[in-house]
Amino acid sequence: MAVITMREALNQALREEMLRDENVFLMGEEVAAYQGAYKVTKGLLEELGPKRVIDTPITELGFAGLGVGAAMAGLRPIVEFMTFNFSILATDQIINSAAKMLYMSGGQFKIPIVFRGPGGSAFQVSSQHSQALESWFAYFPGLKVVMPSTPADAKGLLKSSIRDDDPVIFIEQERMYGNKGEVPEDQEFTIPLGIADVKREGTDATIVARSLMVPAALKAAEALEKQGVSCEVIDPRTIRPLDIDTIVESVKKTNRVVIAEESHPFCGVGAEISSEIMERAFDYLDAPVKRVSAADVPMPYAKNLENLAIPTVDQIVAAVREVTYLDE
Amino acid sequence: MATQVIMPKLSPTMEEGQLSRWLKKEGDKVSMGEPLAEIDTDKATMEMQALGSGVLRKILIKEGESAPLGQLIAIIGAPDEDIAALLDQAPEQSTQTTRPAEPKTEADATPPAMQTAGDNASRSADRSAEGNGRHAAPVMKNSPSGRLIVSPLAARMAAEAGVDLRSLSGSGPGGRIIKRDIETAISQSKAASPTIGAAAPQRHLRAVETKTLQQPATAGASAYHDEPLSEMRRTIARRLVTSLGPVPHFFLTAEIEMDRAAEMRRNVNALDPELKISVNDIIIKVAAAALLQHSQVNASFQEKAVRYYEHADIGVAVAIEDGLITPVVRSADQKSLSEIASEVRDFAERARNRKLRPEEYTGASFSISNLGMFGIDEFTAVINPPEGAILAVGAMSPKPVVRDNEITVRQMMRVTMSCDHRVIDGATGAKFLQTFKKILENPLYLVV
Repeated sequence: MAVITMREALNQALREEMLRDENVFLMGEEVAAYQGAYKVTKGLLEELGPKRVIDTPITELGFAGLGVGAAMAGLRPIVEFMTFNFSILATDQIINSAAKMLYMSGGQFKIPIVFRGPGGSAFQVSSQHSQALESWFAYFPGLKVVMPSTPADAKGLLKSSIRDDDPVIFIEQERMYGNKGEVPEDQEFTIPLGIADVKREGTDATIVARSLMVPAALKAAEALEKQGVSCEVIDPRTIRPLDIDTIVESVKKTNRVVIAEESHPFCGVGAEISSEIMERAFDYLDAPVKRVSAADVPMPYAKNLENLAIPTVDQIVAAVREVTYLDE
Repeated sequence: MATQVIMPKLSPTMEEGQLSRWLKKEGDKVSMGEPLAEIDTDKATMEMQALGSGVLRKILIKEGESAPLGQLIAIIGAPDEDIAALLDQAPEQSTQTTRPAEPKTEADATPPAMQTAGDNASRSADRSAEGNGRHAAPVMKNSPSGRLIVSPLAARMAAEAGVDLRSLSGSGPGGRIIKRDIETAISQSKAASPTIGAAAPQRHLRAVETKTLQQPATAGASAYHDEPLSEMRRTIARRLVTSLGPVPHFFLTAEIEMDRAAEMRRNVNALDPELKISVNDIIIKVAAAALLQHSQVNASFQEKAVRYYEHADIGVAVAIEDGLITPVVRSADQKSLSEIASEVRDFAERARNRKLRPEEYTGASFSISNLGMFGIDEFTAVINPPEGAILAVGAMSPKPVVRDNEITVRQMMRVTMSCDHRVIDGATGAKFLQTFKKILENPLYLVV
């Protein structure tokens, strides 16, 4: 297997799926001539031509709606948001059209569309450009929400998302585009949606983490191993549908849970996972479920404050020590 | 005040009991400690004693009916006492005969053998769907907030182990009782068990330095000491479990020449026909002797330690109708062949009549299963956790073997030991089996 960046893995997934199915096309701001603000779409215009790779005006609501219409007409659009912060402008099309069309048309119109782009915090892009919006989209029945944490997961999950007949929100992480990992070269390599991955096995506590928090959780688990605490790290990979069974099985084994997330705590995905664990594994819990989330404030611009707002490895370590009662 | 008679916990694994026979009838006088009924548990028929005095006023379940642990099955009271309120709270007759289809709740694991009238108001209500026993626990004051604070897991563990939460103080925040508190309570209750007295640790056959011996929960079982798991032992355990079930078995087979053992049996029985010593009795004795030489095999895997037993408490598998039970020959290393023989005969007899007491069939350090009488040449047995090993004994039969370059006929027998690889490694088990074979082929070693 080749070791490539997450950016390259996503690019491979796009190219392979567009070559595989001529109904797949890509549109968004700067995706064609400029080859993507983060170069995820590099080389695609040259290889596939201007009918398949389309630069749009700065009109998120407009081209998201265009995508939904194309999907109703039988195409399989991939809509790139330069970042998911701009998807906020397109939410009427995503939520009111894409998510509900299959239901409201009595099953006549499926919407096989992927909305993708980077989400979460970046490097000093301040409050309006550093948002984790997964809980917004995961809230609505009719949408699937995917968040990869490794290059291989990114490729396998994006290919599955493009082949899926439902609208998929595919949230990448700007800070992770350069992360490297082994990625299978097989053109038919896919990872099914809705299946969590146990990134590390352990016995004393379960850390549920997604996206940017997965590498942080793995570092925390390494540090904790040296302190005699064995952590299991679970990456749900798909936020909706959520593979709660894998999480619950782990909780039954470890009896303690920490949920690490880059989003705000209130009404976040961590709150949902916590509630599911309480409903399904109450009798197996030896401590309250503990969340480690972003600070409950708009993201500060100042570097030092930004660092304080994003969950750290040390915070995850401290949370695990708390639920395992090591400091009591 | 009236005494409620509830289905008691009479065996470690019992979840419900069947009323086999009432020894008193309604209106009979009953005094404290008197046998009241016979109860069939999952393993044996046990006598239930009255925990109050008075008149047996009301019997609530008929002979042959079953009731879960903790269910009210009778009331003892003064002859003229009003027991109507208690009767109201008794479950409907139908719920006793037909068991609920839902999985058993753990509410029934709370073990109080007797309750006085008055504090039972919440009992029946709390037994609904998810009831866990802890709801019924009275509000106590061992946390600063004045409530009994306990993690859900700890509550469930306590219910299963019969630990009284009210007797604990929690080590979690705000006095919360957590998993480790229950684990500590369980190990302390084992250590503090007064049943064995001074008997066990007196005679140590091996040199014992300064290790502190623990007393087991089962009356009469061998004393032991726990040695914390080494990192390597922990790794071996963790890795092996992931490959083969909760207990990673491996198997060692040896063929043993039995002529001398058979001859010894004939000679011993010729001395006194009443002795009726069997080959299996000799095998038990030899296994005990070999175990004492190989303490690593006379051991069991615990959560955080390997437990080494001082004596060889040998479980002997006895087939009974509908099942199997393994009565334990305690300290077989210290018993004579005739003691072992008569003890095993007595166990087998009472096992068939389901009259064994729980302490007679739990807490072995090693087991032997013999299917030789069924003509089985060799087989593998499944370890009875937490024991570290079990020896499967096949039939003894004449076979051609080579001795001094000549073919000759000998009585041969094959044994297969199943070992828990978390405790016993291949070479460790092999060395034990080597000793076992050496003694069994030359039983004179028993007296050397």
